[in-house]
Amino acid sequence: MNAFLAIDVPPISQVTIWGNGPGGFNKTAAIYVFAAVATLLLFVLGTRRKDALVPAGLLQNTAESGVAFVRNQIIMQTMGPDGLQYLPYLTTLFFFIFFSNITEIIPGVQFPANARFAMPMTLALATWVIFNVVGVVKQGPIHYLKNSLIPPGVPKFLLILVIPIELISTFLVRPFSLMVRLFANMLAGHLILVTFATISAALFAKSITVVIMPFSFFLLVAMTGFEILVSFLQAFIFTILTAVYIGSAMHPDH
Amino acid sequence: MGLALIHHLFLAAAAVTDNTKGLTAIGRGIVYGGAAIGPGIGIGLVVGNAISAMARQPESAGVVRTTMFLGIAFTEALALFGFVLAFIISG
Repeated sequence: MNAFLAIDVPPISQVTIWGNGPGGFNKTAAIYVFAAVATLLLFVLGTRRKDALVPAGLLQNTAESGVAFVRNQIIMQTMGPDGLQYLPYLTTLFFFIFFSNITEIIPGVQFPANARFAMPMTLALATWVIFNVVGVVKQGPIHYLKNSLIPPGVPKFLLILVIPIELISTFLVRPFSLMVRLFANMLAGHLILVTFATISAALFAKSITVVIMPFSFFLLVAMTGFEILVSFLQAFIFTILTAVYIGSAMHPDH
Repeated sequence: MGLALIHHLFLAAAAVTDNTKGLTAIGRGIVYGGAAIGPGIGIGLVVGNAISAMARQPESAGVVRTTMFLGIAFTEALALFGFVLAFIISG
């Protein structure tokens, strides 16, 4: 089939193994450096004009609407006014994940750095540490364990079943699913773009099959647009889930 | 007679060809396809109910949309576990 269509899909091992530069510095690391520098520059340069009441310029508008978005759409919806102290961390998290995702559709780079699971795992572990520390500090260790293991209103005889489930779902599945959600979404989107790009190129090279080429090319363009939405949505979901977990550690259900 | 022939052919095919690669591919397909059934139904339920809630009360659309994305994220995680598991399977 591959020989017939002359499709040269890159082998799947190329998705998990990448050639390293000096000191193990590769494309993924370069994208993360770009994302960190872009986040830093956005907020350093965007907030220089402290005395200006009316925001002006692209950087200041982006920075201010980004902070307002995280505050109104994420923190106020999930944690309430108590959560405003986490605004700097959550805003940084959102923009860092977004900048390292959006390289998926930038021509010449076309690779989302979060399709490798090292950084999603680190960020998920950071979330795990933060919500556990917040829970222990705000409620005390015994109350925190009791509130997160025993949901309110459960009959006594079900506790033997409920406690292990809650233990696994709160302390093991939460960070794992945070990591897998970000990593697998970006990897899947990247694979879809690679597939349609190679199919388009292969159909274009064959003289007869060039008639079918516009269909896969149209889908390539459409999926590129869809991936812009996905990179924004995944940054949003990672940030809002972090906020939900911190919020549930701050205010337990009664 | 016929059964014996089929049995003989099956043995010959099993002896000559190595099916590991193809069986791995089939296994990956089954793993991801099976893992996508439940979350597909679940995300449909979440979004459908969110849309009907937004249509009934348009003023609550903001809250409903945030909660909808949360519900999608929780449901979608199961399908993504299957996606990752399909890559982990090796022949």
